[in-house]
Formats: sequence, C-alpha cells, structure tokens
Amino acid sequence: MKKMTAYEKVAAARGNKRPMGGYFIENMIDNFVELHGDRRFGDDNAIIGGVGYLGGEPVTVIGMERGDTIEERIKRHFGCPTPEGYRKALRLMKNAEKFNRPIICFIGSSGAYCGIDAEERGQGEAIAENLYEMMGVKAPIISVIVGEGGSGGALALGVANRVAMLENSVYSVISPEGCATILWKDSTKAGEAAEILKLTAGDLFGFGIVEKIIEEENKTSEEICNDLKKYISEELKTLKAMSEKELLNQRYEKFRKIGR
Amino acid sequence: MFKKLFGFLKKDEANDEVRVCKKCNEETKYSELFNNYMICPKCGTYARMSAKERLTVICDDNSFNELYSELKSTNHLGFPEYDEKLEKARKATGLEEAVVTGTCTIGGVKTALFVMDSAFMMASMGTIVGEKITRLFEKATQEKLPVVGFVTSGGARMQEGMLSLMQMAKVSGAVKRHSDAGELYIPVLTDPTTGGITASFGMLGDIIIAEPKALIGFAGARVIEQTTGQKLPAGFQRAEFLLEHGFVDAIVERKNLKATITNLLEIHK
Repeated sequence: MKKMTAYEKVAAARGNKRPMGGYFIENMIDNFVELHGDRRFGDDNAIIGGVGYLGGEPVTVIGMERGDTIEERIKRHFGCPTPEGYRKALRLMKNAEKFNRPIICFIGSSGAYCGIDAEERGQGEAIAENLYEMMGVKAPIISVIVGEGGSGGALALGVANRVAMLENSVYSVISPEGCATILWKDSTKAGEAAEILKLTAGDLFGFGIVEKIIEEENKTSEEICNDLKKYISEELKTLKAMSEKELLNQRYEKFRKIGR
Repeated sequence: MFKKLFGFLKKDEANDEVRVCKKCNEETKYSELFNNYMICPKCGTYARMSAKERLTVICDDNSFNELYSELKSTNHLGFPEYDEKLEKARKATGLEEAVVTGTCTIGGVKTALFVMDSAFMMASMGTIVGEKITRLFEKATQEKLPVVGFVTSGGARMQEGMLSLMQMAKVSGAVKRHSDAGELYIPVLTDPTTGGITASFGMLGDIIIAEPKALIGFAGARVIEQTTGQKLPAGFQRAEFLLEHGFVDAIVERKNLKATITNLLEIHK
C-alpha cells in the first residue's frame, strides 16, 4: 500500500466515519457510567466522561466526541470542547485521584470551542488549569490521540504519563489550513503546510512526544480498539507499580525534556 | 528617571527619536515618552514596552542579573523563512529571544523575573522561550524566590510545530512545582496576551494583574467572528472584560505597577 502523505492523514483523522472517544469508551470499557457536568456552570457534550472497568480494573475515562448524525454533531458542537468540558474532565480526574483509579483520555477534536461565550467563561483559564493540575494528579494517566489533535484544546487532556497515537491520527500546534494562510495567505496550500508542521504519529514519535503508535493499516476499528486496549492494560501495569513520586516525576520529566 | 536608562537603552537615548502615537498620531520625543512610561502624553494610549524598557522601569537600579541568555533558538523543523525571521527579530530588538529572564530586586525584594517582548516575533513561545521560563521557575523553586512575569505573546510559535505546543505543558508543570513549594507567582498581562499563553502560564498566577485595555484572550477575535457570525461586544477580550468576568485580580496603571508589585511582594514575604 502507498504511504499516506501528511495531508492524507489529516483527512483520515478528520474522516466523517472515523471512531472518536465515544466509540472507544463503548467498545473498551465495561459497565460504563457516564458522569455529567462541571459543578460550576454546565455540562459539555463534546467531552464524555465517566467510570467503568478496563479488563476488570476500575478506570476513569474521558473522551472527546463529535457525534455521528448532524443533530448529534450540533449537540456536541462538532467535538470542540467548551470550558465546562475541560472543567468536567478535571473534576473527574480529581475524583479518580481520590479513589486511586487510573485515567484514560481519548483525544480527537479540531480544537477548543471558539465563541464569545467560551471567552467569557475563560477558555484559556480552563485549559491552563488542566495542564497545571494534570501535572500533579496522583494517579496514572494515559492519553491517546485517536483523531485530530487540535493544539491547546487537545493538549488540555494530554498531560499524561504515556501519550499514544493511532497511526493515522495527527497532532498539531495549528491546523494546516491556518498555517498555510499565515505563511502564504492561501489556505489551499494546506497540503504543503501539513508536511512542514511534522504532525504525523511518526514525526511525533521521532521527537519523543508520543511513546507508542497503534497501527491502523488493514485493520478494522474493532481490531484497532483491541490493540489499543492491550497497550493501555500493559502500560497501566507498569504505571501502577510506580510510587506516587515516581509517577509524578516521570510525567514531569516527559514534558520537561522537550526542547531542553 | 531617564538617566537610569544607561546600559539598557543607550541607543534610543542617544538618538532621542520622535515616536508617533498609533491612536492619535501625535509625535513625542522618545525621552518624554519613556519618562511617561511609554504612554502617549496627549491621548493616554499605552504603547507596547520593549523588554529593556520594562526592565529599566521595574527593577531596582543595577539589580538585574540576566540568566540563560546563552540559549538560542534553532530551526528544528527546517521551517520556511524561520531563520530569516529570527535574524530580523534579533536585529530589531537587540535580544536573542522573545523573553528575557533573570533575577533582580523590586522595591528591595529579591525576585525571579521574566519579561516578554512582542517586537520579537510577537513573543511567540518556541522551545527556547519555554526552556528559559521553565529554568527560571525551577531556580525560583530551589532558591525560594517569588516570580514576577511581564507577559505578552501571540501564543505558541508555529515555526517549531508541536515542540512549541509541548512548552505549554512544560512551563505549567514548573509553575505548579513552584506553587507547591509555597512560592508566589504574579503574571502581569500586557497587550497582547493570546492563544497558548493565556491557556498556560498567563492564567496560572496566584495574583493576576493586567494593564488597562490590554487584549487578553484565547481565540482570536476575528476567528470568533468568522466562525460564529456573532458580532463581538464592545471591549471584548480587553483587560476590563476579563476583570468583569472574574479572570484577573486587578487592573493596574503602568505608573503604579512597581509600587503595587512591591507591596504584594512585601505582603507575601
């Protein structure tokens, strides 16, 4: 099979039928109970969070979801989380910490929700708070980029002990279209921008930003989900054997070494 | 005060060029403008301050000791025109990077200080900006120093791709360790503070100060308008808007900044 270009991967990551957080939660987590709301202002449907079992072990799971039908996409505002979504995620992580449960995050969103209301309620502050607090959560965290990892809005669930990417997911500081507009005032050159930005799983593995690539070629969603489950279960074994201090130091150092 | 500039602002002092206010177009000599904290004496508009001007105004005389100035950006991704942009920014500002870091005393209190300069690639954060600020917080944690930061930035630096985005997590981690050690951090948000900086260390202070009318936000105003088709309210994403919505502690006029910061540092000693 021909190797996909960076922009083909961007298209795949955004694909209309591509499974997002909801699919992985449904197919990987047993006895899932969804927990709603940030206990501050509201509930964000672009982020699904709750508790359940991963292969018999209790976990907290948080996933970005855009929905399948147009009605659902409107309800989930196309998978772009609001400040309430990030605050709900943090609330659930704190709950996981209290009960010493590992946390799994599925990331797939073009970016944080963009709107007057989101700014009024502190979109920047909500993301900042997650980066800050996730660095100190005393429970193992594994984040997986399953779709498009759109900048700060994706990173807000990505401060983890392990970060994995599906082979055809992408993770970028800016959308290729946005980059092309800034560079060449021409968003149709997004393909070139995608190459330059080094946003594929392979690129980011090379930089040490992700630890694991889950292969997708010639696999069904079910097989990908099983491989991912296997990876998460094995890594959780390693992480659960670590002391709190080791866990926090490992997470800190993982990011500390980037650009040192 | 102008006499104190020696060393930092020699060139501007010698030339004493005329500057034009962007708002009212009035011309003011540099020396007069600087003595008025880079505020237009005619219409009161705040001009953006360079890092050197900021240091001169905020640090006690001769107290600033620069650190990590040896760190220089490289073009990790081979990004088009990045080398040229860096070179141009270095020439224009006389700085190596968009942030200056070091220790100083402010009103006699020893402080770790970082000052960002929007004339350097809109003070965007690449790996070196992230590394310098992280090192400063780590040093401040070790030496039990408060951190004061003059923040301005367009966000993460596109030209360093994901390595830039990761700096948001890296710096936030260092801020957390500093905070967990019981130390004080005061960011001063100045015009403009947007994107990934608002979504990381800009919003992580114990006390967050903003300059009047500074633009502070996450998403770009034009992007919001285009995406949502909504008309933006007057004063949207200005410091006063953030104060009203509960996201900054205080708006402090430039001439009162040093006294206010000194007072806060004293209270937290």
